[in-house]
Amino acid sequence: MSDNEAENELVRMANEIAAFFKPYPHDEAVADISQHILDFWDPRMRRAMIAHLEAGGEGLQPLALEGLEAALRPAPAA
Amino acid sequence: MTIHQEIPLGLRNLKLTPLEAEIDRGTPEREGPPVTLMIDGVTITVPEGTSIMRAASLADRQIPKLCASDNVEAWGSCRLCLVEIEGVKGTPSSCTTPVREGMRVTTQNARLERLRKGVMELYISDHPLDCLTCPTNGDCELQDMAGVVGLREVRYGMDGDNHFDAAHKVPIDVSNPYFQYDASKCIVCSLCVRACEEVQGTFALTIEGRGFESRVSPGILSDDFFSSDCVSCGACVQACPTATLVEKSIVEHGTPRREVITTCAYCGVGCAFKAEMQGEEIVRMTPWKNGGANEGHSCVKGRFAFGYATHKDRVLTPMVREKITDPWRPVDWEEAIGFAARRLLEIRDEHGAGAIGGITSSRCTNEEVYVVQKMIRAAFGNNNVDTCARVCHSPTGYGLKTTLGTSAGTQDFKSVDKSDVILVIGANPTDAHPVFGSRMKKRLRQGAKLIVADPRRIDLVRSPHVRAEHHLQLRPGTNVALMNALAHVIVTEGLVNEAFVAERCDMTEFERWRGFVAEERNSPEALSEILGVPADELRAAARLYATGGNAAIYYGLGVTEHSQGSTMVMAMANLAMATGNIGHDGVGINPLRGQNNVQGSCDMGSFPHEFTGYRHVSDKEVRSTFEADWGVTLDAEPGLRIPNMFASALDGSFRGLYVQGEDIAQSDPNTRHVTAALKALDLLIVQDLFLNETALYAHVFLPGTSFLEKDGTFTNAERRINRVRPVMREQQGMSEWETVCRISEAMGYPMTYENEAEIMDEIARLTPTFALVSHARLDAEGSMQWPVNEAHPDGSPIMHVDGFVRGKGRFMVTEYVPTEERANRRFPLILTTGRILSQYNVGAQTRRTENSLWHPEDSLEIHPFDAEERGVADGDLVAITSRVGQTTLRAMVSERMPQGVVYTTFHHPFSGANVITTDYSDWATNCPEFKVTAVQVMPTNRPSAWQEEYTQTAPGSRRIHTATAAE
Repeated sequence: MSDNEAENELVRMANEIAAFFKPYPHDEAVADISQHILDFWDPRMRRAMIAHLEAGGEGLQPLALEGLEAALRPAPAA
Repeated sequence: MTIHQEIPLGLRNLKLTPLEAEIDRGTPEREGPPVTLMIDGVTITVPEGTSIMRAASLADRQIPKLCASDNVEAWGSCRLCLVEIEGVKGTPSSCTTPVREGMRVTTQNARLERLRKGVMELYISDHPLDCLTCPTNGDCELQDMAGVVGLREVRYGMDGDNHFDAAHKVPIDVSNPYFQYDASKCIVCSLCVRACEEVQGTFALTIEGRGFESRVSPGILSDDFFSSDCVSCGACVQACPTATLVEKSIVEHGTPRREVITTCAYCGVGCAFKAEMQGEEIVRMTPWKNGGANEGHSCVKGRFAFGYATHKDRVLTPMVREKITDPWRPVDWEEAIGFAARRLLEIRDEHGAGAIGGITSSRCTNEEVYVVQKMIRAAFGNNNVDTCARVCHSPTGYGLKTTLGTSAGTQDFKSVDKSDVILVIGANPTDAHPVFGSRMKKRLRQGAKLIVADPRRIDLVRSPHVRAEHHLQLRPGTNVALMNALAHVIVTEGLVNEAFVAERCDMTEFERWRGFVAEERNSPEALSEILGVPADELRAAARLYATGGNAAIYYGLGVTEHSQGSTMVMAMANLAMATGNIGHDGVGINPLRGQNNVQGSCDMGSFPHEFTGYRHVSDKEVRSTFEADWGVTLDAEPGLRIPNMFASALDGSFRGLYVQGEDIAQSDPNTRHVTAALKALDLLIVQDLFLNETALYAHVFLPGTSFLEKDGTFTNAERRINRVRPVMREQQGMSEWETVCRISEAMGYPMTYENEAEIMDEIARLTPTFALVSHARLDAEGSMQWPVNEAHPDGSPIMHVDGFVRGKGRFMVTEYVPTEERANRRFPLILTTGRILSQYNVGAQTRRTENSLWHPEDSLEIHPFDAEERGVADGDLVAITSRVGQTTLRAMVSERMPQGVVYTTFHHPFSGANVITTDYSDWATNCPEFKVTAVQVMPTNRPSAWQEEYTQTAPGSRRIHTATAAE
């Protein structure tokens, strides 16, 4: 898997997580997406996503983007 | 006078001693008001409806019998169990006569003795007198009863018409690989026929002919047992009172000398068995009557397919190699352990703690799994531990925890006996969980209604005396839409159990859910086309589920292995909560677990984000308990899940993997992706019985132990902690947990246990749901269902009885999001995968037994229309191509499939079923979407490129260097 593919995979995962929480009120959805990322993504996945966000966050749905921003900035301690 | 009282239903498992449980009381247990009678001067009280035979047995006055057994209804044909009843004329049969208040029964006197002798004399006049050379010599009820009644002569002689002498005897039917049928020894008691009907529910056997001509026959259209409908469950063999139906192993080796009670290592039903032994050799496995999960029943796998444990392919010596292209080098344990530990440490030092990890096995014991995850967390120094539940039931864990508060099914198996409506979704219990399937069919024959939601017409939809009210033949990938449609009907037609919801559930979440499912776009009419199921059928099914009495959901991997697997689990929980179908007998949400200890491996802290008992690693309080007990600092961050390990292996950040008893190269999706990841590792350690597909890429092979050598516990799908006991020594010289402890020690973190019981004590100490579990208790009191703690000292057959574990039940909004894997013109068919009765998972065990006679290769089931359109005939080779790969299988044209959907199993590595499955996965857990792959099917005349490559390279990768003696 090239870096690009791995990144696409993370983007897809984030978008799918966001799709589940989308029916919920906006703030609740952002908080739940954020918590899900913190609960289940290992630090290197989060670091890769931070890099992707810094590069513009291409391919991320707006709600996924908000959830990720909430989870990953500031960056995880690891 | 002694007063006896039958122990009420439900307490039986805990209260009966093994010896008591073994006694055949002659007729089944009944429930009813107490009736008191006197038998041979002994007063006894039993439930109304109990037979005199059973009551007499409970009063320790066993009545002679041949055609009665307490697992089937009375038949009254052998006439040996005659009794006298005060005030009643004649001598009625005790098996068919129910008790009455104040009845006075005599079981033995001169008249009864004379009558019984006469009956037995007639039986023996047509039975060969070859007891000394008979396979069941010493284990024959006919022999026993002849002794009991005092038969001393056969006045009729042995001449004349008979079934046993050379002139009359028909050849023994040896077609079944595991048992034989010798008609010359049959006494036509019909026990086998009734066991097949009442216990197994297959109806394969019948009595053919009349009068003297009567004989057991496996159906009329076939010639022998193998070609018949027989599923080889062994119930008939178990029931036979003579040597008519007998295991071939008994014919060959003789009767066993000792027995050990243990637990089957196949599916998640977790049947208890008696391993019957001669010395260290196992001659027979028989289902244990006191087993909580199976209560004396078995299937072809558990009962007969244990030969793999001593198969010649089993590797008994540790092996290492520098490169995966090298031949294996057999070494001693010390060298293998040292090699593994050294390489793990080197990788950790060079690339950081996160670069190594491990996968625990759902086939190993709780104790073995526990030490592996402990080694990873404490010695490896990270949380990179996952288990094969990732690829099967991880959505169950996530979904049930979110809605109900705990990651487990809600019922015991026995609960189905009280169900009025059974909803089976994406599960095929008669093939994949056969012993529970039989239990379910028994309840269905008693009149419970069945709804099946499955793209494929599984056997349950229509089989002898079972017929589904509704078969919702939905398109693969539309489960969530189905649940939303059913929920819509329940909400909009006023079928919600408002009182239950108000008392037990979070009302804000409920109202939100109610509003969502009530939307018109979730109506059956709106979703009918997506689902491929008529709207009125959906409405009728929803009404039946909501109003038909106790409604229970049973589901399998057809629910979880989807991109919306977790959503679907939550949607089912919503449905059960909305209708109040949770918290008591007969209802609930029940995952049918794939592997024997998949529940246990999850319970034991095998997930990268959770310690034992499903507690998140970021929870400081929980983590500090483990840190104090283990004496190390633990990582607070979640580790890698299996698919993330593969991705990280390919990007170079993950380099060393320890795999305990799993064959990820065969069982995980997108084989080329998996093997590329495995090849990228610097170190792969495989602990297994065989050089499996994963071991092709390994550097260290640590021989494992079979379940026959293990001491510990398995936890089945009903949370039942069953003891696994060794019947023989470790064939490779070391228990698996000890291997793990020694690697850990060599890495600088010593783990020392005297025995397996000590490991369980540590688990109990650190896991609130296991607080009162110990081997000593399990040995003394029998199996227990967790939670077993101060609140539930004897365990918990049913969960959420007085409220949900999480407090208030939480309804979740379950929007249907179609998978990205879609059919189109290039890939117009949807491939879905499953399991077959005779084989198990990747087949590593069953392929090494005679079970392969039933299923020698995987094939592709395809609808006649789809086949004809492609010019494919039954048995033709076809190429199946998906977006990621191609493989070749033989086609099986079958109307069980709907048009547009094809199906295969993945029991044989050469089939390469996972060469074509994709990387798509459940949004919450990354459980792969095995059940939906868009494919094209075309005729071909050759194996696929992958298969040709596999045939060429696999043998080389299994080479073992044999010239060590010269060194």
